[in-house]
Amino acid sequence: MASDSDSDGDFVTFGTPLEPLEEDEPLRKPVPLHEQTVKDEKGRYQRFHGAFTGGFSAGYFNTVGTKEGWTPATFVSSRQQKAGRQNARPEDFMDEEDLGDHGIAPRQITTTADFASGRKDEIRDKARAITSLSAPIPGDTVLEDLVAPARSSMGAELLRRMGWKDGQGVGPRVKRRLCQQRADSATRAFGSASPPNGSSGSQDEEDGEFVPENVTFAPKDVTPIDFTPKVDLHGLGYRGLNPLAALRGGPGAGHINLFTMDSDRTNSLFGEDRKGHRRRGGVAGQWCGCDMTDIYHRDIMSNYDTVLGGEEPGDGLYGWTAPQQYNRKKKDHSKDASCYLGKILEGFTLASEKLETKTIFPPPNLPRDFRPVHYFRPVVDLSSVSPMVAQALRTSRGHMAQEEPSKGGRHQLDSAQRRELLGEATLQGPSSVFDLLKVEDRERLSGLRRPSSDTSSGPRQPTPGEARAAVVAAGVAAAAARASAQKALSSRFAPHAEQQQQEALSVWSGPTAQAQTGQTFRPFERTPHKQARYDLYIDQLKQGDRDALELSLDPTMTEWERGRERDEFVRAALLYKPSSSSLSCRFTRGKQDDGVEADTVEVTRDQENDVDDKQAAVKMKMFGKLTRDTFEWHPDNLLCKRFNIPDPYPGSGFVGMPKVKRDKFSVFNFLTVSESPTASASPAPQGVKPSEPGKRSRWDVSGQAGDKEKDPLSEFLSVARIEASGSGPEASTTDGPTTDPTGEPDTEQKEEEEEESRPSMDLFKAIFASSSDEKSSSSSEGESEEEEEKAEGVRSKAGTGPQIPNQLNVNTTQPAPPVSATPSQHPDVVFKTPSGPVAAPPPRDQEMEEEEFGPRLPPPSSTLTERRPSLTPSAKDDKHKKKCKEKHKAKKHGKHKKDRKQKKKHKRHKHKGKQKKSSRKEESSDSSSEGSDGNSQEDGEEGGGVSTEELLRRLKGIRGKNLQ
Amino acid sequence: MSFPQPKPEVPQIPQNLLRTIDCQQGAVRAVRFNADGNYLLSCGSDKSLKLWSVSRGTLLKTYSGHGYEVLDADGSYDNSQLCSCSSDKTVILWDVATGQVTRKLRGHAGKVNCVQFNEEATVILSGSIDGTVRCWDTRSRKFDPIQILDEAQDGVSSLKVSEHELLTGSVDGRVRRYDLRMGQLHVDFINSPITCVCFSADSQCTLTSSLDSTVRLLDKSTGEMLGEYTGHKMKGYKLDCCLSSKDTHVLSCSEDGHVYCWDLVEGSLMLKLPVGKAVVQSLSFHPSETRLLTAMEGRVQVWGVEPEETEEDVVVVQQEKA
Repeated sequence: MASDSDSDGDFVTFGTPLEPLEEDEPLRKPVPLHEQTVKDEKGRYQRFHGAFTGGFSAGYFNTVGTKEGWTPATFVSSRQQKAGRQNARPEDFMDEEDLGDHGIAPRQITTTADFASGRKDEIRDKARAITSLSAPIPGDTVLEDLVAPARSSMGAELLRRMGWKDGQGVGPRVKRRLCQQRADSATRAFGSASPPNGSSGSQDEEDGEFVPENVTFAPKDVTPIDFTPKVDLHGLGYRGLNPLAALRGGPGAGHINLFTMDSDRTNSLFGEDRKGHRRRGGVAGQWCGCDMTDIYHRDIMSNYDTVLGGEEPGDGLYGWTAPQQYNRKKKDHSKDASCYLGKILEGFTLASEKLETKTIFPPPNLPRDFRPVHYFRPVVDLSSVSPMVAQALRTSRGHMAQEEPSKGGRHQLDSAQRRELLGEATLQGPSSVFDLLKVEDRERLSGLRRPSSDTSSGPRQPTPGEARAAVVAAGVAAAAARASAQKALSSRFAPHAEQQQQEALSVWSGPTAQAQTGQTFRPFERTPHKQARYDLYIDQLKQGDRDALELSLDPTMTEWERGRERDEFVRAALLYKPSSSSLSCRFTRGKQDDGVEADTVEVTRDQENDVDDKQAAVKMKMFGKLTRDTFEWHPDNLLCKRFNIPDPYPGSGFVGMPKVKRDKFSVFNFLTVSESPTASASPAPQGVKPSEPGKRSRWDVSGQAGDKEKDPLSEFLSVARIEASGSGPEASTTDGPTTDPTGEPDTEQKEEEEEESRPSMDLFKAIFASSSDEKSSSSSEGESEEEEEKAEGVRSKAGTGPQIPNQLNVNTTQPAPPVSATPSQHPDVVFKTPSGPVAAPPPRDQEMEEEEFGPRLPPPSSTLTERRPSLTPSAKDDKHKKKCKEKHKAKKHGKHKKDRKQKKKHKRHKHKGKQKKSSRKEESSDSSSEGSDGNSQEDGEEGGGVSTEELLRRLKGIRGKNLQ
Repeated sequence: MSFPQPKPEVPQIPQNLLRTIDCQQGAVRAVRFNADGNYLLSCGSDKSLKLWSVSRGTLLKTYSGHGYEVLDADGSYDNSQLCSCSSDKTVILWDVATGQVTRKLRGHAGKVNCVQFNEEATVILSGSIDGTVRCWDTRSRKFDPIQILDEAQDGVSSLKVSEHELLTGSVDGRVRRYDLRMGQLHVDFINSPITCVCFSADSQCTLTSSLDSTVRLLDKSTGEMLGEYTGHKMKGYKLDCCLSSKDTHVLSCSEDGHVYCWDLVEGSLMLKLPVGKAVVQSLSFHPSETRLLTAMEGRVQVWGVEPEETEEDVVVVQQEKA
């Protein structure tokens, strides 16, 4: 709306006005250039470095960087603080002053643009007001206007400065007439502005006034369009129940009303006075309290329907805002109306040209006797039937499936033709099986083929049967070739090396091999160097190099190694001939190599120490280092988080105990469980043994476990001895106690008691406890040798149940006094194991034996002696040998005792050594006799300890001897 | 110090029966105090878990949802949640107030012997006969355990959680201590199926009872044995042991119907508390006071230092006033 009443509209102000000069003020001196400085808030001078090079705040005292100079940001690994790291905010890159009052990101509370004071953006408001009128609740923007101060854009502000007034149009000022016309055209363009009957706007009223010639007017403002996005889910143009139309409708709506009620409101909003327009209210005019005029409305009965189902209201919609029909009265649009009968939505216009309607063709008429069932005709191969039948078929109704291959169709094309049609690249490698054959084979095949094709009548194409035969023949030839290769392979010990090389050369330098690009077979992948050499070799073979092999080998290697590698390479090259590799280029390789994976199994890296040791320690109530194992264990990261604990192994890729891959059937997997080797080595006594402590799985086993105070190791040894004597589990079950306190040990005991006395328990404990440390550290072990010796002696004396049965010659070292329970206990233990129903031999035999071989021998353990009588005379020699072996073993221990480093590696060994000490002393003189027997023992003992592995080996050795 | 040290109190033993609660839920498999010791949980063999007031002996709530007998239970630090485990291989997280199942955690391959909350009730740890300990997250919606500790070679019979450590006892005769802070696993070999493990209150020691009828007090850091307590009978049942709240006594169930109570330092038997004729299935010591719970057959008994007159008298007095 143009308001021309502004008096100051003549002056247009540009820029900021100067301050008015006051006359008595002295003239100010201009500030010299060197004083035009910028200071920061602390009063420091600031230099402007350039808008893009830091502004006022570049660096340290107008330099860059810090006091130390410019230092680039050092890299800080954020790997461990991934969780704590937030994304960098813009504030991180801002200076202090940016965050200040006048910075780009002030830290104080400021009014945002939405609430900034300023003049209203009336255009927008008006647009919203217009649309809100048609909203379900008319005028609901009133509230918003009350609450939120509107803002005006900078453009509006500028326009205002240039003299524009709100409500005016933008543009050069126009003469009166033109202005009016333009306004009209503008309203017409929007189609909703000026009603024909209400055209008496303010400007129309001014029409009659005198308008001077030289007065121009601002152009009429355009009706703004509301760009409020549609956020509801209604259809386009849906407005819900229009209360005005619904209540005011009835027959009254039938009067000529081109514009809906909201356009009334629009006009009133634009200021057009519409006094003449008489509204007719409905029952619920009071519904919307905004309609003040309706209060004084005089109602007449004709406004109401008196007949049900009578005359319908004008649009027949009763207020629903479905698309309305256009009014018939709009004659000028009659043509359009004929093709579109709906209400044109706001913002849409009718299309000027029609869309081409799609022609829909009706489905074909089915013949009357059509049955919707398909009948598949049998396909008869012409080659497989006799010509007579074929002829008959051909004459009959098309029962021949493929009468002529020349007829084409995509099924007749072969792969090459299809490839050409599709424009694909030729596959690498041989295109036909025949390419894989040797030349002579090929010729032979073609020779075979020719007579067959001659015999066949006419220029017929090769039938599938023939082709199959050819393929079979080719397969035979290939098999023959492979057989020859294998023959060459199998004869690798024969002096065929040269021939093999030649063969490899001929094979690899062939045309098919050249086609092969990537080599997939990598036999030496485990050792990259070797694989590299092999690759080189293959490359040179492909180039037809005669002495490829020699060139590719590493000259720095020894002759033997080279010879071996030469052999390997030739073999590998022959094994993986390009004839097969060329086929393999048609296949993709599996992602995972199953063959390699399948052989390995994941095993926890740290294995528990030997259970036997622990059991011994438990029995001696020596908890602590002996019974404790400490492993590395990785908790889950989330678990740590839940426990409020930092991850002890941040970034570790796994959870739980570290695992290593081992061969699936490696012996080392089983050696940690001490029982399993025994089980596998000697199946016979397995049934004899009571349940293993490691395998106990029920609560009720404990009774047995508690009763059975016995070391599995002793079991094992006794079993081994049973095996050695070749009599299986038929060990004696009684008489143990009688052999135990034989006369001989007494003297030895005395000897021991002379040199060693029992130290205090603390010393004992300290030494024992520290021994596990010494296992790992081999230094500083020599000093305490003497002490150790003592302790060992003590232990052998004080040896309780578990320890004693470890020994082969237990009884000798068994001291009577300190632990009186043990001697009686021990035989029980030993004799419990074997349950064989063998009669007890007289103990005299043992004594005789001892006499026979001299008094120096330690009395053998009861199991040995008991079993002796059951031996055959020939087994006596074995027995003798065994005794020697035992002697030897004992002496070995003695030796180890001298060099402690080896000995301390294994605790169990130590036990043994200690307890054998007395016997060693006696036997140390005769060291010459052994040598031939028990090589296996020797290298077993080299390690210094009797590990399970070694025991296994020893057992096997013994068995082997028995077999002899 | 000018003042003499106060005379140390004579350690007290809960030897007087205060109350017997007939739980009426079949045999009581386990009885547990809650975090503050005002309530007790009884795990019944009739698949129900019951919450009782210790002081009054009244039933407060019954939690039913397990498919087989309940074997162990624990309450969270804030008494808002319970967890229980059962022979039906599940662990259930309960809401205390409503009695509804908050979460039912499946994954164990066998019956679940023991269950514990961690300190903040963010993780439930459950040990099962299948030899695994599973760490269940109560915070996320995931139903898979955070981590499965499968180091045990046989069933896990007992487990306890401290601030950063997890102590498990297994039938393979080993006590395993998972130190989350150090990322280490310490395995102590006992050589007899472990029935129960405990931390001491100062968390310097661990107490283990095993089927060789021995309760052992081990030093936590080194694994050395500090004390051994024998005399009771524990041969076949998975029975509990515990330390008193001040770490002065060691208590253990016994199959001969007594609770044995030893002096921790001297190892001497202080008290042989006759509970009944049957096996004492479970016991639990009050977290702060000298009060003991025992479970035998279908009954839970509350034991205290003094024969209780106070509360009952108070009740009587109140009734008289009324």
